[in-house]
Amino acid sequence: MEDKGIRFRIIKDRMFFLFIVFFSLLCAAPLFLIFYYLVKNGLSSISLDFLLNLPKPVGEEGGGLANAIAGTLLLIVLASVISIPVGVTAGIYLSENKKSRTASYVRMFAEILQGVPSIVIGIFVYLWVVVPLGGFSAVSGAIALAVMMLPVIVRSTEETLNLLPYSLKEASMALGVPYYRTIIKVILPTGFSGILTGVLLSIARISGETAPLLFTAFGNPFWSLDITRPISCLPLEIYQYAMSPFPEWHKMAWGASFVLIVIVLLLNIFSKLGAKKWKVQY
Amino acid sequence: MESTVLNIKDLSVYYGDNKALNNISLSIESRMVTAIMGPSGCGKTTLLRCINRMHEINGNVRTTGHIYLYDSDLNQMNPIIVRRKIGMVFQKPNPFPTMTIYDNVMAGYRLNGIRLKKSDRDMIVEDSLKKAALWNEVKDSLLRKGTFLSGGQQQRLCIARALAMKPEILLLDEPTSALDPKATSRIEELIVELKQYVTIMLVTHNIAQASRVSDYTVFLYLGDLVEYGQTERLFTVPEDKRTEEYLTGKFG
Repeated sequence: MEDKGIRFRIIKDRMFFLFIVFFSLLCAAPLFLIFYYLVKNGLSSISLDFLLNLPKPVGEEGGGLANAIAGTLLLIVLASVISIPVGVTAGIYLSENKKSRTASYVRMFAEILQGVPSIVIGIFVYLWVVVPLGGFSAVSGAIALAVMMLPVIVRSTEETLNLLPYSLKEASMALGVPYYRTIIKVILPTGFSGILTGVLLSIARISGETAPLLFTAFGNPFWSLDITRPISCLPLEIYQYAMSPFPEWHKMAWGASFVLIVIVLLLNIFSKLGAKKWKVQY
Repeated sequence: MESTVLNIKDLSVYYGDNKALNNISLSIESRMVTAIMGPSGCGKTTLLRCINRMHEINGNVRTTGHIYLYDSDLNQMNPIIVRRKIGMVFQKPNPFPTMTIYDNVMAGYRLNGIRLKKSDRDMIVEDSLKKAALWNEVKDSLLRKGTFLSGGQQQRLCIARALAMKPEILLLDEPTSALDPKATSRIEELIVELKQYVTIMLVTHNIAQASRVSDYTVFLYLGDLVEYGQTERLFTVPEDKRTEEYLTGKFG
């Protein structure tokens, strides 16, 4: 009687374990499927031609997406240049003034901003940047992406700095180091790895964004690195090519997806490595 | 022979509506070790932090009265200058984790953007580490991170960092409370050696430590200065009944 009860419990225990293992694997499954299809369909379209040439008109063989790859990289750099200084500074403010009312509002708005649908951000940038500037441009696309990066950078900077011990700041202040130098020379370098991780993850997050670029960066079939002109980028090309009726364009879309995933993957790996390399021990 | 470095006059400190220190007046003798002792919450650390104006970085603190370093009123001086003249070492060793041992010692100069010749820097580092009795242990690993050292070594590194600025006064805020007995006795020996270079004020909750290392002792109780005098006298014939009770372990 008692023996039976125990055996039943052991079986229940095993079942439960299998259950959680199964669902954990289920979580990882989509990524593996994505990789599988991308490698299967995308890898064959990757060639030097694909990476270095411009798209050809429909019907012609070959051609590449050099303009889109360069455009994506340019957009990422521009968006980072805009959002990193603003985001890190705001993160410092939030972590240094935890109790202030302004800080709590800023924190709340950053959280809400993170939840704003990306297409809405695209429309907002269209109205406030594209229309006044009189046309689609790379810089407006970068602004839209920067707005999307901001909340991630703000929160990760704040959380990183919150983890630093107060004694670190005291040590610096007690040496007669002014507050601003304490922040720049002691607090920021110590929190560098955490801030870097946040920045790289925010870049990984926006590098595949399509919606906010539809009415800002717009896309461009030609080679362009002029930030005041429309610019091409991988997500936009994927969107365009995948919707087209031509099989060779579908192939291009697979290739572009593959390149994009590789970029995102590399960023994630770098952020992990960077976090490890610059991790500070107390 | 004796001369006064620091003169505290009618110092009172309030945290919001709470009075933490009540009309403290003290004069600190040059090149001596003055211990501040008392039960928890009596205002020892508050008093120490007022002296290099570190209490100001927490905000919500109000003080009345004056503190004079020689003839100049500390409240009239820029707190940044005050802190360069009056060094501080904290309870928990806090070397800068991103910096090497060498840079930690030079941190006061580096972080303040004061440029020195390489030879001067080397001299300051060696001199400070020697004074802090750490030189022999770290002279071959100056370019390693300071956080690789043991707790006691880290604390001596922090003392070297404070000494490198050539301060008039060194404030030690329970410098041994996070250390094991062996490291504690190293630091205590060090404190006694250091008084030939610098005036030392030591906050301690350890009565025995105060009697071992200090020349003068301040006894604080509930924000009041109960008794102040030469350590030997205060420990053998305390004038105030509360001092006697504290020393014999009746409270605290």
